[in-house]
Amino acid sequence: MARQGAYASTGRNCLKGIIINYMELKCTREASGNAIVELGRKNSNVVVLSADLSGSTKADEFAKVFPQRFFNMGIAEANMMNTAAGLAVSGKIAFATTFAIFASGRAWEQIRNTIAYSNLNVKIIATHGGISVGPDGSSHQGIEDIALMRVIPGMTVLVPVDAIETPKAIFSAAEHQGPVYIRLARLKLPVITKPQDTFIIGKSNILREGTDATVIACGIMVSSALQASELLAKENIKITVLNCYSIKPIDTGTIISLAEKTGAVVTAEEHLQIGGLGSSVSEILSQNYPVPVEMIAIKDRFGQSGEPEELLKEYHLTSKDIVTTVKKAISRKI
Amino acid sequence: MPVLSDDKIETLKAKAKTIRQHIIKMLALAGSGHPGGSLSSVEILVSLYFHKLSHNPANPKWEDRDRFLMSKGHAAPVWYATLSEAGYFTQETLWTLRKLGSPLQGHPDMQKTPGVEMSSGSLGQGLSVANGIALSGKLDKKNYRVYVLLGDGESQEGQVWEAAMASAHYKLNNLCAILDYNGFQIDGPIEKVMSPLPLSEKWIAFGWNVINIDGHNFKEIIEALDKAEDVKNKPTIIIARTVKGKGVSFMENQYEWHGKAPTPQQAEIALKELS
Repeated sequence: MARQGAYASTGRNCLKGIIINYMELKCTREASGNAIVELGRKNSNVVVLSADLSGSTKADEFAKVFPQRFFNMGIAEANMMNTAAGLAVSGKIAFATTFAIFASGRAWEQIRNTIAYSNLNVKIIATHGGISVGPDGSSHQGIEDIALMRVIPGMTVLVPVDAIETPKAIFSAAEHQGPVYIRLARLKLPVITKPQDTFIIGKSNILREGTDATVIACGIMVSSALQASELLAKENIKITVLNCYSIKPIDTGTIISLAEKTGAVVTAEEHLQIGGLGSSVSEILSQNYPVPVEMIAIKDRFGQSGEPEELLKEYHLTSKDIVTTVKKAISRKI
Repeated sequence: MPVLSDDKIETLKAKAKTIRQHIIKMLALAGSGHPGGSLSSVEILVSLYFHKLSHNPANPKWEDRDRFLMSKGHAAPVWYATLSEAGYFTQETLWTLRKLGSPLQGHPDMQKTPGVEMSSGSLGQGLSVANGIALSGKLDKKNYRVYVLLGDGESQEGQVWEAAMASAHYKLNNLCAILDYNGFQIDGPIEKVMSPLPLSEKWIAFGWNVINIDGHNFKEIIEALDKAEDVKNKPTIIIARTVKGKGVSFMENQYEWHGKAPTPQQAEIALKELS
């Protein structure tokens, strides 16, 4: 696998054109790397495993400070996951780090049968989630990881939205008993949350309130949803924007109440439509409070090479796409 | 190291006989399961649980205990029978194997069965887990040893070799793998299905200390386990040549008995042979 390309392209950032210009861009991978180091200082049971790629996942930060508690397993993700299971069953909190595609794909059955089945304390830090990985192309773009992880019984799936929320996700995962999958992006992401904002597994945060429709988003799409809310406000359409950082367990109560309040829902994720956040929201609403649901997601196709901004446009994952889709959802209201 | 007297060997032989009887009875009652690879590894488990392992059935999670993992999880019946004989749970529990609500799942479940260190069943994963436990032991400066039972057919899984590379890389001399080399898998002889041979040379090339023994000879098994403890800087694998279905004439070396339970009539014949 030509993973060197991942190193080569990590420095680039191409979100300038598609995010709100006042937002500061910060790397969630760096935030994650630093948070795990902080955790390591507080708790000697924290260990980190890497399947090569330590520079890309920022696991190298932990390796520098705690070399004894860092295990590079080489390019062998299946073995890494089960080694993490062995460390976890011995009382360690094991952070296993690699790219989303390899964590969720190559090592899926190890996660399912050995980690999740026994509810072990393995925390999977999956960087390079989504199509915004960019030029490395489809083989390195994890676009089905949320679906693959969320389908496993008892698995917790988190998608922190920015560099402020990422450490909160890491700390919450460490305190949580059982496996957790944390999806991070390659790109620097706009900072949209505040240090004092809460982060609770199974909850979500309302970032904008409006009564015409609700956009439920995760990851990079949350800032696009905020941008869409500003564009829609110019047309006097007021939307609620929900930062749905906890994909599983998901904040069922808030999602139902927002459907009741606004009568139309749009989901937005940098992931395949099949099995992702949109599917999850639809499962809840169809059973509890059916309202029109539209989904911004990657349709049934693979990614490809290109700059992140170009790809987000090509796959209809921009704020403009959210604007159009919100109008469509509203038009479907009975 | 505990002394291995002739009397002790006789005691171990008696245990092995009882455990073989339990295996047949359990499987006949369950109506499904894996006799072949359970019967082939009886002496290995008896040597560990009744001689070698430092463990406490009254306190299965005692932190300084030696760990035993069964990577070839389909041999669960021999593990359950051994754990029961060692005092981890009652003999009556054995007769619930594979039944709804039983603590004895078709394949090992650490959350349901006292003494089961790690869930398994999907082949190829146990050595990686054992590596993690051995790394943890080194990190915590614990003296416990980690034992893991591998299958020969299982050695076709690529992950076994990822793990083998890692055990040697991290110089896990607190780890001892035991390969139940019975020569058969569900589709036939391992050499015909997908030959993992030569075994010793592969493990040596991966940086392991390799000991070849007769896997039904208590003296050889225990001497090998003792020798493994003296090795510095590398893990040991004991390649134990065994007979699939050992002890039941019509099951021995018959791969059809990899994953098929005896009928009540067959069980009766088998139990007579084992008595």
